[in-house]
Amino acid sequence: MRQHQGIISRRVAVAFLLPALLFILVFLVFPSLWIFYLSLTNRTLTGRTATHPEFVGLGNYLRLLRPPLFASGQFGRSLELTLQFVLGSALLGQAALGLLLAWVFYQRKGFLKDLVYTLAILAWIIPSVVVAFLWVAFLDRDFGSLNALLSNLGLKPIDWLLDAPMVSIILFNTWRGAAFSMMLFSSALSIVPPSYLETADVVGASTWSKFKDIIFPLIRGHLLTDLILISLWTFNLFTPFLLTGGGPAFRTEILAIYTYRHAFRDFRFGFGAAISVVVMLINLILSSIYLMALRRREARV
Amino acid sequence: MKNMLRYLPGLALLTLVVGLSAQTWAQQVEVITYTCRCVTGGVNQQTVQWLNEFVIPTFEERMAAAGRNVDVQFTEFGGSDEALKQQYALDLSVGRGFDVIAFDGFWVPEFAEAGLIKALDEIIGPEANEWEGWDHIAPSIQNLMGFGGKRYGIPVGTDVRMIFYNRELFVQAGIPQWWAWQPHSWEELLATARQIKAALPDVIPLQINAGTSMGEATTLQGYYLVLLGTGEQPYDFATNKWVVRSPGILRTLQFYKQIYIDEGLGDARTQLLSDARARTFQLFSEGKIAMLVEGDFFWRAVVSPTGSNAIPNRDTVVGWAAMPATAPGSGIRGQDFVTASGGTGNILNPNSANPQLAWELLTFMNSQEGLNAAQQYQARIRARDDVPVPNEAFLTVTARALLPFTTTRPGFPVYSQTVSPQIQLMTERVVSGEFSPREAMEAYALAVIDAVGIDDTEELPGF
Repeated sequence: MRQHQGIISRRVAVAFLLPALLFILVFLVFPSLWIFYLSLTNRTLTGRTATHPEFVGLGNYLRLLRPPLFASGQFGRSLELTLQFVLGSALLGQAALGLLLAWVFYQRKGFLKDLVYTLAILAWIIPSVVVAFLWVAFLDRDFGSLNALLSNLGLKPIDWLLDAPMVSIILFNTWRGAAFSMMLFSSALSIVPPSYLETADVVGASTWSKFKDIIFPLIRGHLLTDLILISLWTFNLFTPFLLTGGGPAFRTEILAIYTYRHAFRDFRFGFGAAISVVVMLINLILSSIYLMALRRREARV
Repeated sequence: MKNMLRYLPGLALLTLVVGLSAQTWAQQVEVITYTCRCVTGGVNQQTVQWLNEFVIPTFEERMAAAGRNVDVQFTEFGGSDEALKQQYALDLSVGRGFDVIAFDGFWVPEFAEAGLIKALDEIIGPEANEWEGWDHIAPSIQNLMGFGGKRYGIPVGTDVRMIFYNRELFVQAGIPQWWAWQPHSWEELLATARQIKAALPDVIPLQINAGTSMGEATTLQGYYLVLLGTGEQPYDFATNKWVVRSPGILRTLQFYKQIYIDEGLGDARTQLLSDARARTFQLFSEGKIAMLVEGDFFWRAVVSPTGSNAIPNRDTVVGWAAMPATAPGSGIRGQDFVTASGGTGNILNPNSANPQLAWELLTFMNSQEGLNAAQQYQARIRARDDVPVPNEAFLTVTARALLPFTTTRPGFPVYSQTVSPQIQLMTERVVSGEFSPREAMEAYALAVIDAVGIDDTEELPGF
């Protein structure tokens, strides 16, 4: 490779980077190392081990994997639930709904589009606590508006948050986050040259084949970015806690809530740190896949 | 501009004088902060009234008479006990928090061992042991807020647990002796529940606390009262070991299963709600629960005419019965009936900037005068023997009937840290139908062994 002759010397470049690196060191690298150290101890906030923590080696990690791994309230079950949640609400929910909305309103203007876009974006930007309250008010068995609606249709009220808790938080998160995918796809669609589609219309192509052969190849890169980003976000999401608290009987205890329970409700800092390290590793793997895919795309372009 | 500069020195001087005097004024105001799980229009609202109408104004007045400008700042907390405990642990761990805090006695060991709270004489010196009130509080009651032979706070009082029932529903269901109903075995208790279920299908016959959402209320008024009826306790005081597998645990869980799953005598759904306890109180006060096992807190602070879920004619509607053992004589220590007691009180924050003043507020609240005033808002059996219960037949009768054979929880940090939460989880797994009683007991055994080590656990034969 040819030595790059930039407008500034390497030394100056490093000097410019230094403050940023320092921040990364202080706020990212150091805490990560500290968490890793904590994960090797049995430190707690209360009780004897608060003042006299002991080094337990990989004990916390072994405990994490101890059977019954997939019983309720265990790490394995929580991971399983998190995957269901990501698959259901991010990949199938947000991405599909976002794509559908963007495609339906593609090259359209008018009141309906403005209305739908505004509502979707509102759902995305309203603070989580407010949204959670709205959903609880919507889903409650005795006072909820959804059940009021259903009972008008002659149906029995359903206790959504107790009888279908996972479905409830998946629907909630789909509703909450579809705006991001919608906007991303809508801007992606705007780069599709209209002439391609017009030509396709002339030869009488169906909507599905237009989508499959023209739109999809052109927005594949955006699709990938979107899927990876929302997977990462959803994987680490804590908001469902506001709806279900992880319950009933741990049936919605996704990893963020599982970590919270151990670290900040039961105050087992050592064990909580071990969970965090594992979650961090999973995130690292997800983001490396993302970066690799991105790099491959750039190389192709 | 030049002209303006002439005023500068004078202006600076003026600022200085105003600033200094404001500062001296500010120094004279001594702020003291307090919190408890109590909120206007909700849980323990009578305590809020006592504080706002009596404690704070009277204390500030007395201090003013002594030439001190004291401002008591009181913060209400309407969340759950568990959330409050979480708040305390976090506050205290970073050296913050309120100066005087309401505290549940069974948290004391866990917090004391972590150094988050300190004994009273460590905070304010030996004079803490000279307080006049100690002579009026029995040592066993003092011990409710103690650990390792030291006093960490002043207890407000103790309590007892029993079955509360709705007499109006009993009449409708045709239960004989509805005015003074008393089952003598689990079978009699279940028989009453079945009769109510048959006669009043819209009413929940019997709720026995279960699940993690209710926290300690599940352990103490639910699981404990059932387990004690089998003759066992979670901790074996003879061998100093935790009982992790036993016939009593299994029978207790089977009893839960019978009520919530097999016969539908209780509503498992309510136990799983995130606001399970509040919802239960509401259902009882609306006449939708016939029998509920609760502490006397329920009588004095929940369904009391001034309580959070008031029943205006409580004294006629709500009856009570002692919790029976499986069969007469088969309860703990060979008892026919069982009950359990805990205790709450107030402690000093070791991080307080003004511990002496905090101590003065604490002792004022617990003076004979302070507690006599509290009786006007919520009559209960107080820790002090020189504070009578005014005109309250229920409290006097239940205390006399139940306190002699009560049981208290083991005062070890691991109880509140691990054992109790695992008990809650064990009951949740059974009433939600996820685990069989045997599977739930096994999961409990593993978790407790993991926490205390196998040498500190034992199993009793015959399960």
